[in-house]
Amino acid sequence: MQRINDDVLNKCRDLIENGTCDRVLAWEEGEFCYDVTPAVFTGDTLGKMIYDDFCAANQSKYLIDESHKEGRIAALLKPCDTYSFNQLLKENRIKRENVYVLGVPCDGKIDAEKARGLGIKGILGAEIDGDTVAFETIYGKKTCSKKDVLHEKCLSCKGKKHMIFDELTDPEKEPETAVPENGTSRFDGVSKLENMTAEERFRFWRGELSRCIRCNACRNVCPACSCRQCVFDNPASGVSSKANTNDFEENLYHIIRAFHVAGRCTDCGECTRVCPENIPLHLLNRKFIKDINELYGEYQAGYDTALDAPLTSYTKQDAEPGIVHERGVR
Amino acid sequence: MQVNDTNKEFRPLIVAFCCNWCSYAGADLAGSSRLSYPADVKIIRVPCSCRVNPMFILRAFQRGADGVIIAGCHPGDCHYTSGNYFARRRMTLLFSMLDYLGIERERTRVEWISAAEGAKFSATMNEFAETISRLGENRRLEDLRCKE
Repeated sequence: MQRINDDVLNKCRDLIENGTCDRVLAWEEGEFCYDVTPAVFTGDTLGKMIYDDFCAANQSKYLIDESHKEGRIAALLKPCDTYSFNQLLKENRIKRENVYVLGVPCDGKIDAEKARGLGIKGILGAEIDGDTVAFETIYGKKTCSKKDVLHEKCLSCKGKKHMIFDELTDPEKEPETAVPENGTSRFDGVSKLENMTAEERFRFWRGELSRCIRCNACRNVCPACSCRQCVFDNPASGVSSKANTNDFEENLYHIIRAFHVAGRCTDCGECTRVCPENIPLHLLNRKFIKDINELYGEYQAGYDTALDAPLTSYTKQDAEPGIVHERGVR
Repeated sequence: MQVNDTNKEFRPLIVAFCCNWCSYAGADLAGSSRLSYPADVKIIRVPCSCRVNPMFILRAFQRGADGVIIAGCHPGDCHYTSGNYFARRRMTLLFSMLDYLGIERERTRVEWISAAEGAKFSATMNEFAETISRLGENRRLEDLRCKE
């Protein structure tokens, strides 16, 4: 199957040839068709560039470093990546003039692990076609429903509109407004947990978080988590950067990490995607987003760079912390 | 360590982060007014309630605290104009997250106590210590290596 749309490839080639940019941030193929890796291409290596329905990584974080290098880089950004890009612009982490944002359309991205769970093995390629996905495998062609093999983050997609771009590769596909994909609330998972008793919640999270191996993948992939020096790398922080020795460390690590990105997390869902232990980390971030929406008004990080962030602003009428206790005993 | 449980009454360990300008002075007033509050409350003086990093609270629990209370100036009275407003948002979100993770919600609290409210300081600490005694030892957010 074709790994990149000709229009996208030609557009990148044009950008390099006419001198707008000198390199492109996109994906390259790994050992298998589904393990694609973000990579930077120059004019000579453009032939290896791919962008297809497996390319799920959020590219914005790489632009922090790339935009501070000499020259200008073209970046293929999906709609959800542009939220993170906006958020990083707001925090003055990216040099805007050194980035040329090429908005690429997205139909959701395929999770090869989910496909394997459905018995689709030996995958050689895949393509989303409407509500189904056509797989090419070493055992022949297979199809399945799209919602069964999409990444968790794509199932609760915020919408297909790019928040910021210099150029779109497919302007006809761009919707007028960002409409959430499935019409369901992305906070359903959080509400479900909120309705459990404290004892059940505790057992749920201990079960999930105790699998954490502290590989730091969630931290390293997160566009909001991009401090040059991280509190968890400090040996005096009480949280070592090696594997956890007891349950408390996972708790502390994940609570603090979620807190540090509260109000800045765009809900791109990368943390859950990269977790090798399949811990639903997005449920922590979404809890903060839900609380912020309920207590301080609707706020979507990365939507608008001019808005005040909820944790760096206040009103005199804010709820007292006791509201947590008053919400009803469960 | 061998402990004879039958003779040992549970005494909670409570950490109170008190703002230098209001609540710490409130504690002082409680003392000079001869109002008592439990000796289980260990006061840590901070320049402002917004100096309290969420990490401080979790570290206190890790090292064996059974309850953590943050006391600051009343909203609008902050020595630094707006510190307690920021602290209010942060602590609301943090407490909500702890509750979400199944940590008993009564173990954390924020109170606004001015320098003139010695009586409120004493009453709050007595009441908080009683609540924590009823809850018993903190087992959900502790690190055994930090305890004896």
